Amino acid sequence: MNSSWQRFSRWLKAHLVLIGGLLVIVYMFIPISVVVLMSFNKPDSKLVYKFDAFTLQNWLHPCADPSMCHAVRRSIEIGLLATIVATVLGTLMAFALVRHRFEGRGAANLIIFMPMASPEIVMGSSLLALFVASGFGGQLGFGTILIAHIMFCLSFVVVTVRARLAGLDNNLEQAAMDLYATEAQTFRRITFPLVFPGILGAALLSFSLSFDDFIITNLNAGNTTTFPMYVWGVAQRGVPMQVNVIGTLMFIISIVIVVGAEINRRRQEKALA
Amino acid sequence: MTAAVVAETTGASPHPEPQEHSPKRKLTGYWLLLPGGLWLIVFFVLPLYSLVATSLYDPDGSVLQGYDMTWAFSNYWHALQDYWSPLVRSLVYGAVATFICLVLGYLLAYAIAFKSGRWKNLMLVLVIAPFFTSFLVRTLSWKLLLRDDGFIVNTLQFLHIVGADGRLLATPVAVIAGLVYNFLPFMVLPLFASIDKIDHRLIEASSDLYSRPAVGFFKVTWPLSLPGVVSGTLLTFIPAVGDYINAQLLGSPKQRMIGNVIQDLFTKANDYPAAGALSVILMLLILVMVLFYVRRAGTEDLL
Amino acid sequence: MSQVAEAPTRSGVESYEGLRLRSLTKQFAAFTAVKSLDLDVPTGSFFALLGPSGCGKTTTLRMVAGLETPTSGTITLSGKDITWEKPYRRPVNTVFQNYALFPHLDIYENVAFGLRRRKSKEVDKAVREMLDLVELDTQARKKPAQLSGGQQQRVALARALINSPEVLLLDEPLGALDLKLRRAMQIEIKRIQTEVGLTFVHVTHDQEEAMTMADTIAVMNAGVIEQMGAPAELYDNPQTTFVANFLGQSNLIEGTVRGREGDVVKVDMQGTIASIPTERAHVSGTDGELGWVGIRPEKVLIAEVGESLDAPGSSIPGGVVSDVSFVGVSTQYLVRMPWGQEIQVFEQNTGRRRLFRQGESVDISWRPEYSFLLDHNQDATAGVDKEDAAS
Repeated sequence: MNSSWQRFSRWLKAHLVLIGGLLVIVYMFIPISVVVLMSFNKPDSKLVYKFDAFTLQNWLHPCADPSMCHAVRRSIEIGLLATIVATVLGTLMAFALVRHRFEGRGAANLIIFMPMASPEIVMGSSLLALFVASGFGGQLGFGTILIAHIMFCLSFVVVTVRARLAGLDNNLEQAAMDLYATEAQTFRRITFPLVFPGILGAALLSFSLSFDDFIITNLNAGNTTTFPMYVWGVAQRGVPMQVNVIGTLMFIISIVIVVGAEINRRRQEKALA
Repeated sequence: MTAAVVAETTGASPHPEPQEHSPKRKLTGYWLLLPGGLWLIVFFVLPLYSLVATSLYDPDGSVLQGYDMTWAFSNYWHALQDYWSPLVRSLVYGAVATFICLVLGYLLAYAIAFKSGRWKNLMLVLVIAPFFTSFLVRTLSWKLLLRDDGFIVNTLQFLHIVGADGRLLATPVAVIAGLVYNFLPFMVLPLFASIDKIDHRLIEASSDLYSRPAVGFFKVTWPLSLPGVVSGTLLTFIPAVGDYINAQLLGSPKQRMIGNVIQDLFTKANDYPAAGALSVILMLLILVMVLFYVRRAGTEDLL
Repeated sequence: MSQVAEAPTRSGVESYEGLRLRSLTKQFAAFTAVKSLDLDVPTGSFFALLGPSGCGKTTTLRMVAGLETPTSGTITLSGKDITWEKPYRRPVNTVFQNYALFPHLDIYENVAFGLRRRKSKEVDKAVREMLDLVELDTQARKKPAQLSGGQQQRVALARALINSPEVLLLDEPLGALDLKLRRAMQIEIKRIQTEVGLTFVHVTHDQEEAMTMADTIAVMNAGVIEQMGAPAELYDNPQTTFVANFLGQSNLIEGTVRGREGDVVKVDMQGTIASIPTERAHVSGTDGELGWVGIRPEKVLIAEVGESLDAPGSSIPGGVVSDVSFVGVSTQYLVRMPWGQEIQVFEQNTGRRRLFRQGESVDISWRPEYSFLLDHNQDATAGVDKEDAAS
């Protein structure tokens, strides 16, 4: 009895940090489990406080409130466009920073770093100030949201792609040139395939940043409603349970992408080992 | 681009080189940088200038009639006078939330880096996953969890940690808990990156050299993880100070943060000069604090 | 520019069939990595550039590969000027230091890379043959990360060789392998070179590796070539203190020239007169000139006091054994001489005689035809392996 207690306390001591870490993860997942649970809730009244009854209705009819699905579509459109533009521009910048020597590198780095170190409320309000001052105050909407999203996604793309590019062995490109590949062929056969995972990661990050942004968007949206803005609006008057369906879907999709990438990586490693 | 050309001619090397490729290669760098750089200048730097200008407009104008530039520095004085308490509150909430994030985040990052064995990647995925689920939806479910007759409040009442009619919603505790929850991944990832790089043999060497685990931690692990601590705290503190979603959804007017004020001044009161002045103040405050902090932490090369 | 391009004897440049470097110079900002280098590498030879790190050997190699542009000078290959040619337009291939295998391509595609870029037909046949040659035919579909260091090394070799370059450049190709594997690969690469008959230029800091593999060695130091020749020639008759110390080890003893007699130079070496063959005396030879008398440790004979030695002339008395290291095949002695210098002596353990102990008095001598005489202006410690010297 005594010795098993000792053994337990020794085990506990050895695993204390791991247990603590797992508890933190549990903490991070509590609200998400509520989101998943509530996506199956059939509330008694409009103001929901608890899980009342199980239903699949929310999943079968996600667009019960058409304005929500409309907002989701808006967010996806903006997210895709912002991701494409930010990924292309940011990748070019990352190449410039890693592969080319030029004057003004410090200034370029500063401009790229600053948006990541600025509070969203400041970026949002300064963009609004610019739009109003330049006479676009009446035309806030899809276009201004897109401009803002490209702006704050850019820095994250540059940083992500730059890290991947900097980790690339310089010798590989030289080896390709030594093996009769022209500059263009070297880029297409060696550089691009090796940097691509970084670019893909940057694109995924951009999309989720754009899809999820509220503070900057809210200041520059005019009458256009994105999904986070829709949620903000209904938060005051009663949240339809379909919002949880969208939340759950986002969670599942991101898990599938991340786990899929990991499994793919492991399979490649194992394939012929 | 003129600057580039000038640099080109003055920086020419004294040695006879084959001149045909190197200048072209240098210009390529600028061309690659140009589109993204322009975007950031026009939609990030220029707006900051515009924001400063707005903050100096005549406070008696309105959006509809247009503002006059009157260099009204008094806007700053008035804004500070009227809104000093949400400003200080934001900084305090941000600092407390960042500290709690650091403690929880360090525990988690350390556990993943050194204790998770083959589950390392899985645990990392679990840290990132909540980040991809809508910020607002997650905060709303916190609101549900912390509700007045909910499980958590009832338990705390039963344990007499809060009074019989005590509540969590509309208290600083709820707002800070929300901030901690929302920005924890921003803390964990840089911490993990730093801790994971530490050679485990260094820790073994310190215990071989007579350090007890706690001493070893503070003399070896902690100093080596400082770059992660610095970037993690910055990435948590900056958005936490500017955030108003948690204060709005989990708090009450008593927990108003500076973000709420700026947002309302822009969208409801239409008082652009005051809102602009507050934004500039917030930006400057954060800039100064960050510079001071980075200097103190001795990791300037981080930027 | 123009004067560089017109550089020395155009006709000589055109007629040479191998790789020829003329006044090749490379400057990085304030640092000159390679100083006006002249070098001829004959076709079909296994040529080693040997020198300590930072001596400019890798820079030279990279200029030949086209990965670095020379500051001035010319590089010609079979009479064709390739100084400014792009790397992918040169009939030259490189085996990189850490192999630089493409991590996203399998072994087969790595080896096929050069052929595909040149739109070669029969890629498959050539790749199969090449993989056979390096004994990796069963690994064709693996990724580089799944191979051992030695296997990766062979892939890098195959990937370069398959293009039948006029010159194959090897940049410290065995540096990342452990000692045993390195020995095996040295023999393997030598075998392949003999088999394919291409020109190999091999850069290394390992003198044993250079001597094992190359038929000509150029010893480089501080951007210039100190001496060039066959391994045995360099070892037996070094012309500078750097070569004497960097290639193997040498005892350098101060002496004063006492004139010529026939085909030997007489040197007064701390009271003993040594005779050094003229072709091994790299000094002007005027009477009274100072010089370094050099002798390899394994050429020094050691004996009990008064015992007769297998060397003409008198032996040098007064030595005291100050250190003994038994290393199995041989015993390495340090003998302190009356003038304070410690002389290294390596003796084969033939079992003919007992080992000396520390503190014993001994006589030493050597056959004069093995010694050499170097310029006294040179640093006697140049090229000494600092770590060895410290221990």
